[in-house]
Amino acid sequence: MHPAFSVIIFTTSSGAGYGLMALLGFLGMFGLLPTSQTFGAVALGLAFVLITGGLLTSTLHLGHPERAWRAFSQWRSSWLSREGVLAVATYVPMVIFAIGWVILGEPAQFWSWFGLAAAVLAVATVAATAMIYASLVTIPNWATKWTLPVYLALAVMTGALWLAVVLCAFGYSSNLVGNVAIIAVIVAGLLKRLYWQSIDTAVVVSTAESATGLGHLGAVRVLEQPTTSATYVMREMGYRIARKHSDRLRRITLGVGFLVPLILLAAASAVENPLISGLLIFLAALAGSLGVITERWLFFAEAKHVSMLYH
Amino acid sequence: MTSLPAQTPDRQLGLVIDLDICVGCHACAVNCKEWNSGGHSAPMTDWNAYGGETDSEGQDEGAWGVWFNRINAYEAGDGTASQTVYFPRSCLHCADAKCVTVCPTGASYKRSSDGIVLVDADLCIGCKLCSWACPYGAREYDATDKVMKKCTLCVDRIYNDNVPEAERIPACVSTCPVGARHYGDLGDPNSEISLLVAARGGYDLMPEMGYRPTNKYLPPRPRQVAEVVDLNPSPAANDGTTAGAGNNLLAWVDAMLSR
Amino acid sequence: MTSSETDRPIDTSPTVADEVKDTTCYMCACRCGIKVHLKDGQIRYIQGNPEHPVNKGVLCAKGSAGIMQHYSPARLTKPLKRVGERGSGEFAEIEWDEAMTLATDWLGAIRETDPRKLAFFTGRDQSQSLTSWWASQFGTPNHAAHGGFCSVNMAAAGLYSIGGSFWEFGEPDWDHTEYFLMFGVAEDHDSNPIKAGLGKLKTRGAKFVSVNPIRTGYSAIADEWVPVRPGSDGLFVLALVHELLKANKIDLDFLVRYTNAGWLVIQDAGAADHGLFARDADGNPLSYDRTTDTLVSALGADITPRLIGAATLADGRQAVPVFELLAGRYLDDRFAPDSVARETGLDAALIKRIAAELAEAAFEREVVIDQPWTDWAGRHHEKMIGRPVAMHAMRGISAHSNGFQTCRAIHLLQMLLGSIDSPGGFRYKPPFPRPCPPPVKPAGKPDQIVAGQPMAGPPLGFVTGPEDLLLDENGQPMRIDKAYSWEAPVAAHGLMQMVLHNAWAGDPYPIDTLFMFMANMSWNSAMNVPDTLRYLTDKDANGDYKIPRIIYSDAYYSEMVTYADLILPDTTYLERWDCISLLDRPICDADGAADAIRQPVVDPDRDVRPFQEVLIDLGARLGLPGLTNDDGSPKYPGGYADYLVNHERTPGIGPLAGWRGTDGEKAGRGAPNPEQLERYIENGCFWRHEFAPEERYFKHANKAYLETAVDMGFIGAAKQIVLQLYVEPLQNFKLAADGHGDIQPPDRERARISRYFDPLPDWYAPFEGAAIEAGDFPMHAVTQRPAAMYHSWGSMNAWLRQLHGRNFLYMNRAVAGQKGIVDGDWVTVTSHHGEITVPVKLMEGVNGDTVWTWNAIGKRAGTWNLDPKSPEVTKGFLLNHLISDLLPVRDGGYRHANADPITGQAAWYDLRVRVERAAADAPERLTEPRFETVARPANMSQPPAVNRYGAQFNKSTEGDD
Ligand SMILES: Nc1nc2c(c(=O)[nH]1)N[C@H]1C(S)=C(S)[C@@H](COP(=O)(O)OP(=O)(O)OC[C@H]3O[C@@H](n4cnc5c(=O)[nH]c(N)nc54)[C@H](O)[C@@H]3O)O[C@H]1N2
Ligand SMILES: Nc1nc2c(c(=O)[nH]1)N[C@H]1C(S)=C(S)[C@@H](COP(=O)(O)OP(=O)(O)OC[C@H]3O[C@@H](n4cnc5c(=O)[nH]c(N)nc54)[C@H](O)[C@@H]3O)O[C@H]1N2
Ligand code: SF4
Ligand code: SF4
Ligand code: SF4
Ligand code: SF4
Ligand code: SF4
Ligand SMILES: [Mo]
Repeated sequence: MHPAFSVIIFTTSSGAGYGLMALLGFLGMFGLLPTSQTFGAVALGLAFVLITGGLLTSTLHLGHPERAWRAFSQWRSSWLSREGVLAVATYVPMVIFAIGWVILGEPAQFWSWFGLAAAVLAVATVAATAMIYASLVTIPNWATKWTLPVYLALAVMTGALWLAVVLCAFGYSSNLVGNVAIIAVIVAGLLKRLYWQSIDTAVVVSTAESATGLGHLGAVRVLEQPTTSATYVMREMGYRIARKHSDRLRRITLGVGFLVPLILLAAASAVENPLISGLLIFLAALAGSLGVITERWLFFAEAKHVSMLYH
Repeated sequence: MTSLPAQTPDRQLGLVIDLDICVGCHACAVNCKEWNSGGHSAPMTDWNAYGGETDSEGQDEGAWGVWFNRINAYEAGDGTASQTVYFPRSCLHCADAKCVTVCPTGASYKRSSDGIVLVDADLCIGCKLCSWACPYGAREYDATDKVMKKCTLCVDRIYNDNVPEAERIPACVSTCPVGARHYGDLGDPNSEISLLVAARGGYDLMPEMGYRPTNKYLPPRPRQVAEVVDLNPSPAANDGTTAGAGNNLLAWVDAMLSR
Repeated sequence: MTSSETDRPIDTSPTVADEVKDTTCYMCACRCGIKVHLKDGQIRYIQGNPEHPVNKGVLCAKGSAGIMQHYSPARLTKPLKRVGERGSGEFAEIEWDEAMTLATDWLGAIRETDPRKLAFFTGRDQSQSLTSWWASQFGTPNHAAHGGFCSVNMAAAGLYSIGGSFWEFGEPDWDHTEYFLMFGVAEDHDSNPIKAGLGKLKTRGAKFVSVNPIRTGYSAIADEWVPVRPGSDGLFVLALVHELLKANKIDLDFLVRYTNAGWLVIQDAGAADHGLFARDADGNPLSYDRTTDTLVSALGADITPRLIGAATLADGRQAVPVFELLAGRYLDDRFAPDSVARETGLDAALIKRIAAELAEAAFEREVVIDQPWTDWAGRHHEKMIGRPVAMHAMRGISAHSNGFQTCRAIHLLQMLLGSIDSPGGFRYKPPFPRPCPPPVKPAGKPDQIVAGQPMAGPPLGFVTGPEDLLLDENGQPMRIDKAYSWEAPVAAHGLMQMVLHNAWAGDPYPIDTLFMFMANMSWNSAMNVPDTLRYLTDKDANGDYKIPRIIYSDAYYSEMVTYADLILPDTTYLERWDCISLLDRPICDADGAADAIRQPVVDPDRDVRPFQEVLIDLGARLGLPGLTNDDGSPKYPGGYADYLVNHERTPGIGPLAGWRGTDGEKAGRGAPNPEQLERYIENGCFWRHEFAPEERYFKHANKAYLETAVDMGFIGAAKQIVLQLYVEPLQNFKLAADGHGDIQPPDRERARISRYFDPLPDWYAPFEGAAIEAGDFPMHAVTQRPAAMYHSWGSMNAWLRQLHGRNFLYMNRAVAGQKGIVDGDWVTVTSHHGEITVPVKLMEGVNGDTVWTWNAIGKRAGTWNLDPKSPEVTKGFLLNHLISDLLPVRDGGYRHANADPITGQAAWYDLRVRVERAAADAPERLTEPRFETVARPANMSQPPAVNRYGAQFNKSTEGDD
């Protein structure tokens, strides 16, 4: 699949935003977070910016962004529509929660229920995003059982990393969040490895022979493409990254996205100096996010669309 | 809307393509382009229409554009035992058309009256998801109109009161010079076209995808290479081993034939 | 029912057109009937006319792209006069008045001094009955159309053998044949009918065998692909003949009734009439009648001619029947399958099996049609009995220097099987069969060329001996292309491919003006493009062009336009009257005679004029007798439409055969009918006369048909047309070469003529391969026509150019593997003459010794109003750069034309090459050689980058958000 830049930025950014929102909602519910209004404003604000920025970027991918509102209508069948509905729905409890916390200064009790609702919706939104891909049987690399957990884990991981950054910035040191981040990084990294393993060992179901139904005559090779220049489908679905590049990129992703954050997080918990540990945590979040961007890019670049069997 | 019709459509209109006689002439593809250039989804935009350039990877970018029907050529097998097969592809109007169910706006829909899958250009946001969901590469994005387009099964022809009744068939079918394209109701097992499919072992493309395409393909028939008939030299004729033609000619010396 | 309740309302009944006009397609020479749908004055849709006899409603890819052809930005818009150097593309626009005055002045001066100084050659046009007549009226013999480089081998071989031929002049009996053998056809002129026929035939379950080094298109759906080595078909066919003769699986009845098998051939080596038919006092050929044991006229009915055994002639000499010569020749071991296996690249077992299958189909599966008929002698037959084996052949056979004889071999095979115009076999389309050869001689002998006077006859015809050649007092060619000279005696279509070379060389004489129409002679129809460009631009010592003047009519900005001095811009095919006439290349089918017209369906929006109108106007201005009245006024003031209706070639016979006679009741022959064109238009722009069932087969010997043919003016007399296994005219030339008669070839040509003018088909190795060191150039290189492109016409068509925007050199995968060549590599292809560097694609379905590419895809930068960066220019290429117009130097330094020695047919497919992996290849590489970019004429508009034609018809997209 041709990696769509706006889609990569969208899923990375709003994934982190929803992850952050989810953590704020859940942890807030159990009173595990500072209650400071400014902290709330910055943390929720960051989630808001990541989510909204991502969503806006995603409309760049649309031919007719001005009609984007129409995408809310088909939630009964379309994961993309569900994603849109959930994304927007998340704003409602999120804003109420923000009012309670930031303006009224009461993140707990009554208002925290809205935080929890926002958290649930945030997770659901990420799940819907994942399901857009996971439900496409036309792209076997996406239609795996690992796609959904990977999306969720990565959202939580990047959310946790950025939450840790905000906490640090306010001088809080939260072992809990640090541990959540570390666990999320490990889990996400493992899930991603399992994902790769699964796509590398997946049994090939559709082949040029089954696509054309000509297998009984022998191996099928393309003699002539329909037009001399690439067609829309070939341009959109035809992107194929060379095996050796993808191996390298996978290693980079694992290194930058998971290993580096892990080491930095560990180092951060080891150093005393809050400035240095803060810096280390910030770098961990940055690396994690960069890793997710390459991961997303690879997610597209490694994915082969069955329609390309005709070409 | 974007959900598939609740009941099996009254009819399942579609195409049947005979790979045994398709010569890959592109007539159906161009005629489709011609009809649709002024039709339901008009225009069929072309880019670099009279130009071309080389992209960053050195591949040529000549003219390209929107086509609803495209012809590939394949070779199956190796060496002289191989076979060349031409392969036209357009939308298969699948019964289980996920291109429809993934559409977030309802722009893509399947008609319950005849099973035709269409795009409502006024609703389409150009998210391209339907094209990702189509296993057959049948959707065509118009990058200038910024909406998805696709084979309409010539819906503006097959019911068109302004077209003589005998010509109310898809443009690609009416133009195919060898007669390799058939059109009809594949939902009715007794229709002429369904009987043809049954008789010739018509098949689905990528049945494993589960889209249950309406269009069917008739496989190339086994090539006739006769049981070796031996030319029995006539008794009078020579086997050619005797030198000189004279002997060989004996066969006809006594021929008594009248003009 | 358009939609159910739950479906969205859409307009399923939009109006397609305000108006529908019928005319004839001209996206290629097939001439299908079309219905042009017009909406708001623009073309909405072009549809195949379901009533039309040629296409019965279908259209091919090209025909379906007519809209884009019509609106192409490469259209010329106004007459042009060259202002820069030739080839630069610098032109000034001029008015038609000035253009016509210039042309009239140039041509007028020539006509009054030496009409031969005008060379008038036309390409892919369909008005040859007008153009050749115009040339005669002008008085120049220097006229021909593209046939010489196209397929004159097929036409001549057929017309001298069976009085008809392949091309679109005959067709297999699609409905009855059981076994169809097709040689060297990729598309052919009968584009849609062949496709329809193959579909029908395969669906019926008949067997289809394609003999072709390449398996694409038609060959892909064949039951059996015979991957013959190029140029060796003659051997393959004669090996089939060998097998059939050996097994006595031939139709002796047919041979005796319909061919010259029983005619006696004089055997008197060294005599002036050796090898000629023994004749009686009236000139009738003789046979030896077994019933009466006497020599009788071979043309008599009910005789019993002996097929084997010498007869003693009245003068005591011996003569043997044609059949004996034939059987003796082909039974020779030289033609045994095992002997030809190496040269043809085909297994002997395969050849034997095909021979057996042919015999089985022909003799075990006889077709019997319950239709009584009467033969030429008045004898009644209860049924029509046929041999369901049909054959078709085209340029894979003709474009070789042995093509004439190879095509003759195929006709011989058909005759032996009794499958000429019998049910299930090859069928003539009227006006064929005609006597073999047709009784028309070319004009242009010295005494036939008189300043200011028309020529006595047509420039092209059929020679039967040296006395018919067009030679001057010194035995030098009379024609600029050397047709009908010793270099190409049977050049029935002229040698257009030699015109530029000869005019440049002043050999046999210099000319003044080259006048061309619809032929891209500086590019894809040139053999040897680089030198051809030199012929066009070379100057003499005075700084004048060696070809002083070039007038050219094209409709588009083609490569050739850039080399002309005066350009007469033509309309598109939808803007003019045209005529598809029985006088040249009609659209008949085996069951009926037909012709057609084009009518203007849209008005030109540019300052262009139909070429035929221009030619008629020019003729009138020049005062040509056929085009002016006695008072000097134009005879056809109404232009081409006027000419079509009122011109009579001979009394009662005109360009159009339908609705003749003052009341429109006559077919074929009749007085001009002023309403004729209206009748055509009412009938879909065509006319067809269907033959009665008893006239439909055995036309060469069918009384009812022959009489109808006379009535219609196809033939002169209702006499049997005897098919010629043995072609005596060839022997006349051979005898001259062997030293007999007054008119003899120069010594240089003697051996050639003697060797190749064989009255019985023979095979010889194609010349180019024989002249080079085969080891240096081990591969054959040929082209094929893509179904979706017509020569150079398609690249300015926004739709078609997407299908073939560039071409590749195709090569056999296994062979490429041995050379370390992989898909996508670039290779250097070298012939004895030149070198090109091109990208490769590998495939299975190609003979290992052969490489090939699509024809005419490569374009010259700057032409056709395409961006010079277009892939046609940067990645496309022509094989023509490698094909020499002349053979390698041999035999004392003379370079013969790279052509068939009998007909002068250009031997495109004799090309031999070697293929080597080019160093340092990369996708951004460009094909070589490259030619300078030519300029865009001043007022030709920049073409749009995006094509949105049709948006104007879709009301629903208006006001879109
Ligand atoms: N679409 C389309 N149709 C056309 C044209 C066009 O440009 N485009 N051009 C028209 C014109 S002008 C012409 S003359 C006709 C010609 O029509 P075709 O006769 O079909 O001409 P080619 O495409 O040259 O095809 C020649 C075939 O012969 C094969 N061949 C080459 N050498 C040999 C050989 O030695 N033996 C055998 N058995 N086969 C061989 C080639 O592989 C090729 O398939 O087509 C006409 N129709
Ligand atoms: N390598 C190779 N070369 C070949 C062949 C091959 O097989 N291989 N085939 C040969 C054969 S058989 C042929 S017939 C020739 C064909 O070659 P050409 O006779 O040169 O045919 P085209 O390329 O079609 O060029 C005809 C010209 O007519 C112009 N034209 C188109 N429509 C109109 C119109 O309506 N009016 C006027 N006035 N002009 C118009 C076009 O713009 C073009 O410039 O090519 C030959 N060249
Ligand atoms: S028109 Fe018919 S023969 Fe030609 S490509 Fe289409 S289906 Fe095949
Ligand atoms: S072929 Fe593709 S576009 Fe057509 S209905 Fe099936 S899935 Fe949808
Ligand atoms: S591109 Fe248009 S039709 Fe396709 S899924 Fe998106 S909105 Fe629906
Ligand atoms: S049915 Fe109509 S729209 Fe579909 S491929 Fe055929 S011509 Fe094109
Ligand atoms: S074969 Fe095609 S291009 Fe040629 S006349 Fe017929 S429709 Fe037109
Ligand atoms: Mo030709």
